[in-house]
Amino acid sequence: MFSRLLSVARRQRTGRGWQNWSSGRSGAPAAEAHSVALPAQAHVVICGGGIMGTSVAYHLSKMGWKDIVLLEQGRLAAGSTRFCAGILSTARHLTIEQKMADYSNKLYQQLEQETGIQTGVQIYDRTSVLHVMVKKGQVTGVETDKGQIECQYFVNCAGQWAYELGLSNEEPVSIPLHACEHFYLLTRPLETPLQSNTPTVVDADGRIYIRNWQGGILSGGFEKNPKPIFTEGKNQLEIQNLQEDWDHFEPLLSSLLRRMPELETLEIMKLVNCPETFTPDMRCIMGESPAVQGYYVLVGMNSAGLSFAGGAGRYLAEWMVHGYPSESIWELDLKRFGALQSSRTFLRHRVMEVMPLLYDLKVPRWDFQTGRQLRTSPLYDRLDAQGARWMEKHGFERPKYFVPPDKDLLALEQSKTFYKPDWFDIVESEVKCCKEAVCVIDMSSFTKFEITSTGDQALEILQYLFSNDLDVPVGHIVHTGMLNEGGGYENDCSIARLSKRSFFMISPTDQQVHCWAWLKKHMPEDSNLLLEDVTWKYTALNLIGPRAVDVLSELSYAPMTPDHFPSLFCKEMSVGYANGIRVMSMTHTGEPGFMLYIPIEYALHVYNEVMSVGQKYGIRNAGYYALRSLRIEKFFAFWGQDLNTLTTPLECGRESRVKLDKGMDFIGRDALLQQKQNGVYKRLTMFILDDHDTDLDLWPWWGEPIYRNGQYAGKTTSSAYSYTLERHVCLGFVHNFSEDTGEEQVVTADFINRGEYEIDIAGHRFQAKAKLYPVTSLFTHKRRKDDVELSDLHGK
Amino acid sequence: MSSTLPFWILNSARNSIATLQGGRRLYSRCASNRNKSRWRLFSQGPGTLKSSAPCSGFALQKAYRHTSTEEDDFHLQLSPEQVNEVLRAGESAHKFLDLVSGAPNSVLRFESNQLAANSPVEDRRGVASCLQTSGLMFGIFDGHGGHACAQAVSERLFYYVAVSLMSQQTLERMEGAMESMKPLMPILQWLKHPGDSIYKDVTSVHLDHLRVYWQELLDLHMEMGLNIKEALMYSFQRLDSDISLEVQAPLEDEMTRNLSLQVAFSGATACMAHVDGVHLHVANAGDCRAILGVQEDNGMWSCLPLTRDHNAWNQAELSRLKREHPESEDRTVIVDNRLLGVLMPCRAFGDVQLKWSKELQRSVLERGFDTEALNIYQFTPPHYHTPPYLTAEPEVTYHRLRPQDKFLVLASDGLWDVLDNEDVVRLVVEHLAEASRHKPDLAQRPANLGLMQSLLQQRRAQGLRAADQNAATRLIRHAIGSNEYGEMEPERLTAMLTLPEDLARMYRDDITVTVVYFNSDSIDAYYKGG
Repeated sequence: MFSRLLSVARRQRTGRGWQNWSSGRSGAPAAEAHSVALPAQAHVVICGGGIMGTSVAYHLSKMGWKDIVLLEQGRLAAGSTRFCAGILSTARHLTIEQKMADYSNKLYQQLEQETGIQTGVQIYDRTSVLHVMVKKGQVTGVETDKGQIECQYFVNCAGQWAYELGLSNEEPVSIPLHACEHFYLLTRPLETPLQSNTPTVVDADGRIYIRNWQGGILSGGFEKNPKPIFTEGKNQLEIQNLQEDWDHFEPLLSSLLRRMPELETLEIMKLVNCPETFTPDMRCIMGESPAVQGYYVLVGMNSAGLSFAGGAGRYLAEWMVHGYPSESIWELDLKRFGALQSSRTFLRHRVMEVMPLLYDLKVPRWDFQTGRQLRTSPLYDRLDAQGARWMEKHGFERPKYFVPPDKDLLALEQSKTFYKPDWFDIVESEVKCCKEAVCVIDMSSFTKFEITSTGDQALEILQYLFSNDLDVPVGHIVHTGMLNEGGGYENDCSIARLSKRSFFMISPTDQQVHCWAWLKKHMPEDSNLLLEDVTWKYTALNLIGPRAVDVLSELSYAPMTPDHFPSLFCKEMSVGYANGIRVMSMTHTGEPGFMLYIPIEYALHVYNEVMSVGQKYGIRNAGYYALRSLRIEKFFAFWGQDLNTLTTPLECGRESRVKLDKGMDFIGRDALLQQKQNGVYKRLTMFILDDHDTDLDLWPWWGEPIYRNGQYAGKTTSSAYSYTLERHVCLGFVHNFSEDTGEEQVVTADFINRGEYEIDIAGHRFQAKAKLYPVTSLFTHKRRKDDVELSDLHGK
Repeated sequence: MSSTLPFWILNSARNSIATLQGGRRLYSRCASNRNKSRWRLFSQGPGTLKSSAPCSGFALQKAYRHTSTEEDDFHLQLSPEQVNEVLRAGESAHKFLDLVSGAPNSVLRFESNQLAANSPVEDRRGVASCLQTSGLMFGIFDGHGGHACAQAVSERLFYYVAVSLMSQQTLERMEGAMESMKPLMPILQWLKHPGDSIYKDVTSVHLDHLRVYWQELLDLHMEMGLNIKEALMYSFQRLDSDISLEVQAPLEDEMTRNLSLQVAFSGATACMAHVDGVHLHVANAGDCRAILGVQEDNGMWSCLPLTRDHNAWNQAELSRLKREHPESEDRTVIVDNRLLGVLMPCRAFGDVQLKWSKELQRSVLERGFDTEALNIYQFTPPHYHTPPYLTAEPEVTYHRLRPQDKFLVLASDGLWDVLDNEDVVRLVVEHLAEASRHKPDLAQRPANLGLMQSLLQQRRAQGLRAADQNAATRLIRHAIGSNEYGEMEPERLTAMLTLPEDLARMYRDDITVTVVYFNSDSIDAYYKGG
C-alpha cells in the first residue's frame, strides 16, 4: 500500500516472503530510492518512509509542491507499516477520524490505477535525521548522518522514533507518544483456503481481530496488560522482528479459539511482534509545532495508521500548502498537548491504559486513571477531603462534583453507562444551591494571559487579533472570539481591560499552547509589547448564586450591588485579609455571581474565608458538572466542543460580539462581511428534548444526529440535563441540505423556526423544540444592556 | 499508580492489627524464637532482661499503645497479586556476560531481594564488580541500632577490598590521578537496586580516607598487592578503624559529624563473597551466613556452609572471648546469650560502645552532640572492664569452585532464624527445577493452535504456583509464610505482610537474600583448560 502511494518500487524485491504480503504489486518506478549524495537544498524534508511520510509526500506533490525530500533511516516502509496487520476500518470514534478513514479507503482504491506518475519526490533510504536546524524559531534545515539539507519545512513522520527526534532539537518539540509491543499470529492456509473476500472480524469482547491472510488467518489483539517498550529511548533502526512472547499472547489465542473453535487444527506459521505507538488520549497527532515554525508532525496512530494515512496525509499537506486544513482538526492538533505531557514516565503509564481501551466500550465522560494529579490548584487537598471527584483537562485536575459524606457512588467499572449516571442527584443538589444560595467552584485551570505595553501597542494588536471591540473603559470585560482568516474561532475568550495599556485574557484550559502560539505568531517583534502566561499565578474561584454578593460584600466591606459593581466588570479589591484579588462580575454560566482571581499564595486564605462567611448563606462546593448544566441550559456554547476553527460568530448568533460596523480591520473581517451578505450555511441551535424519559431512556451526550422534518440536518455538539427545565438540552448545528443534490444551502432563522425536530439517540428519535435564543425565564438577575446576546463561553 | 499501594496496605494493616494480635500461631512462633532484637535497652534494667517476655519490651509497649487506640476489628485481605507486589518490591537480578575479558565467567547470574521489618530497613546489600582487578563481590550487611553503620559499610567496604587487591602500579596511577586532580579511574561497577540509597554528601570524606589507605598500601611496596584473604581481613578491620577514628577526629561540617557519630554508635554485621574464576572467598563478621548448594554426581543435593555464625552458640567464639579477656570476666562477657548481655553477634562493625574505653566514649559524646535527636543509645553495659569486647575482624573461608557447586546463598540472620540451611538449599533447588520446567517446552513449538493453547495454559497454571521468578523472593516468601511444619499458609503470609511498621519487628526481622548462580560449564572449562 505504501509503495503505491508514491509508486515506488523496491529495486529488488526479495521473493514473496511473508513480509511482502501487504504490498502486492509494484508499479513503474517514478520516484527512485537513492542511497547516495543528498541534495544541499529542498523545499520540504520529510523524515520517515512509512505510510505517513509517503502519504504526506504524495499529497504535497499532488498539490503542486516540488522539491520534496523524503528520508528514511532504514528501508522504505520498514517500521510499523511493514508489519501492520493491514486492516482499514472506517468505523471511527470522531467525525474527523471517520473522514480520514473514508478518504484513505477511496484513495487506496484509486491508487491501483495511479502508478507511474512523476511526483517530484526524492527518496533517500538508510539516512538518519540527527536533528532539525532552527533559527529564530523557524526551520532552516536538517542535519543527517549523510550531511545537511537546507529546507523551509520539516515533517516528522518518524512513528515511534518521533518522540526522540522531537527532543533532539535545540528547541525541543515535544511529541507525546509511546510504543507498546503488539502481537499478531499468522497461520498456514486452511484446508479450504480462505477466499480474499472473507470479511475481517473484530471481536471486541475477546479483544481480537481476525482476517484472511494468504488463505490462512491473521489474528491479533489489544490485551489488557500491554507491554510498553523503548521507554528509555533505546531503539533499533528498523523494527526487526522483536521477541515473540507466546505466554503473553495466550489470552488472545484463547479468545480466538473460544470464538472459532474449529481453528484449533490450524498450523502456526509465526507470531509477529510489531510495536505500535499510542498517544495519551488515543488520538493521533498532527500539525505544526507551537515552538518551531515550519516543523510539522504526523504521528501516533494508535494502531490505525493504515486507516488514517491517506486522509491525515492530505490534511497535513493542505495545512502546509494553504496554512490550514480543510477540516477542523483541533482534536488531533499537536497543540492540544503541552510540554507537561512529554514525561517518559507519564507516557509509559498512560499508554498502558490507552491500549486496552481500543477494544473497550467507550462511555461518555470517561476520565483516564493514569498520569493524574500532575497540575493541581493549591486547594486540591482541601477539596479532595470534602469529597471532590476529579476530572483532568490538559493535565489539570478539576472537580466534577462533591460526593456528600453519607452517599456512596458506584465503583468505577460499574459507573460506566450511557444512561442516567450515578452522580445525577449530587449534581442536582449543587445546581439547586447555585440557583438558590451560593456555590464555589475551583476553576483555576483556565488559561490566563496578560498583555501589556508601554504605549497603545497592546490595544492596537488586540483590536486586530480579536473580533470584538476592546477599546472599552478600564474595568470592563469583553467576550470575544479570536478568529482566523475564514472567520472561524481559533479561540473564544474573555478579556478584561485592567488599565489603558494592559489586558487580562481568560481562555479555555486546553488553549494554553494553541493560543500562545497564535498570539506569538501574529504579534510584532516589539520589546514594548509583553505577553505573559500567568496561568500558574492565579487560583480562580467562581462564586455562583444569588447570595454570592452577600458573601463578597461581607468579606470586603465594599458594596457589591449591581449599581456599584455592574455585570461584566473587573475590579482589584481586598477579600478577607488578602489584597489585590481580581474580582469579576461574571460566572460563565449566566447566573449571578463573581469570579475571583486570587494570587496563589492567598488561595487557601480566601477559600477559607469564603467558606466560613458563606456558611450562613448556605454555601457549598460544586463542580464542573453543575457548571456545565447551568451553562448549556442557557445556550452558552463552548470552544473546543460546540465551536471550532470552522464555525463563525454569525453561525452561532454572536453578531453583536463582532465589530463589523466600527470600520476597524481585524482577522476574519472580510470573511464575516461576506457571510453577512450571503447568509450562513449552518446555525447553532438549542434543542429541548420533549418526550425523553431521563430515568429510562439513553441519554444524549454529543454527536447525536439531528432530524428536521424527517431529514438529516446535522449533529449535536454537546448536551446536558437542565434541572430547571427538567429536560435535556442539546446544542448542535442545523444545516440545510438540498433534498435533490445534498448541497448545503443558506440557513435562515425562519428555516430553523419552521422545522419539526427530532434528536436520534442510539436509533430512537425524540421530539425536540428548537430555539435560537435562550429561555429568558432562566436568567434570574438583571442583565446589562449590551449583554443581551447569549453566550458567555467558557463554561465547560 | 503503584506508589499508592504500599500506603494503602499500611493503612489497611492498621485496621487489621487487632485481628493479628489474636492469631495464636503468629504469637507462638514469636515466642518460640530467640529474643529477636539485636540490641537490648538498658534503661529497663537487668531485671526485665531475664523475664521471659517473648518480644522486646519496647516494641511491646509500642504495640499496646497502638492497639489501644484502634476500635475497629477490621479484616482486610491482600489479594495474591498484592502480596506478590509487596514481596517483589525489593527484587533485583542481573545476568552476567558469558565472558569476562575473554575468559568464561564462572558466575551466571544473581537474584536478590529484601523485605523490611524495621522501619526504615536496617539491612543493606551490595553487588559490584572490580574494574581494576578481576572478580565480583556480593555482600549482605545487617545493621542494628539504626541503619547508619550498615549503610556506611555497604557503601565503603567493597572499595577497601578493591583497593587492597590493586597492584602497586594501579595504586600509583590512582594516586597520580588524585594529585593532578584528574578524574579517577572507576574502581567498582555497582549493580544496584533502584531503591538502594547512598549517602551522597559524605563521599568526598570517605574518598579521602580511602586514599590514605591506599597511600599506606603504596608505602608497603608490594608489587602484586595483597592476596585475597589478606585483602579481606585488612579491609574489614581498616574500615572499622576508619569508622571509629572519623568520629574522634574534629570534623567541621555538622552534617558529616552527626553522620559519623551515628555510624560509629550503631553497628552492622557483614558477610561478603569475592568470586574470581574458580576462587571463592567468603569473609564474615557476625551472624549473616553464606552457604553453597552442591549437587553431587548422583544428583543428590547437599549444603556446604561457608561461614560460622559469630554468636553465643559458637563455641569457638566463646573461647576466643574468654581468651581475650581476663578470667574474672568469664561469666560476664556473655550474659543471656548476648555479648555483655547486650549484643547478639560477637563481631560487628561500629558499636563503639563495646569497643572504646568509657573515657573515650564520654569525651566524644561530651563534644555537644544531640544524642537524643541522633537516636544514639548511650549507655555503659555492666562489667565493662577491658574493652574492646567487639571486633570487625572477619573469618575468611576459601573454596575452590567445582562443577558440582551450583549456587551460593548469602542472607542476613532474618532468613536463617526461620529457615535452616537444608530448607534454603531445597527451596532454591525447587526454584531451579520449576524454572527449567518452563523453558524447553516452547523450544519444540507445537504445530497447531489448539496444542499451543493447551501448552500455554499449562505454563500459566504452573506459573501461578511458581509465582516467583526470583529465588530470593521465594526464600523470603517461605521464611515468613511457612508454619511450624514448613507448610505455606497464604493467610499467614498476608498477615505477616500487613503488619504495621511499628509491629513488624516483633514477628520478623529484616530479611535480605542474594542467590548467586554458578556456571558449571565455565567452571568445568577452568579445570580442563588447566
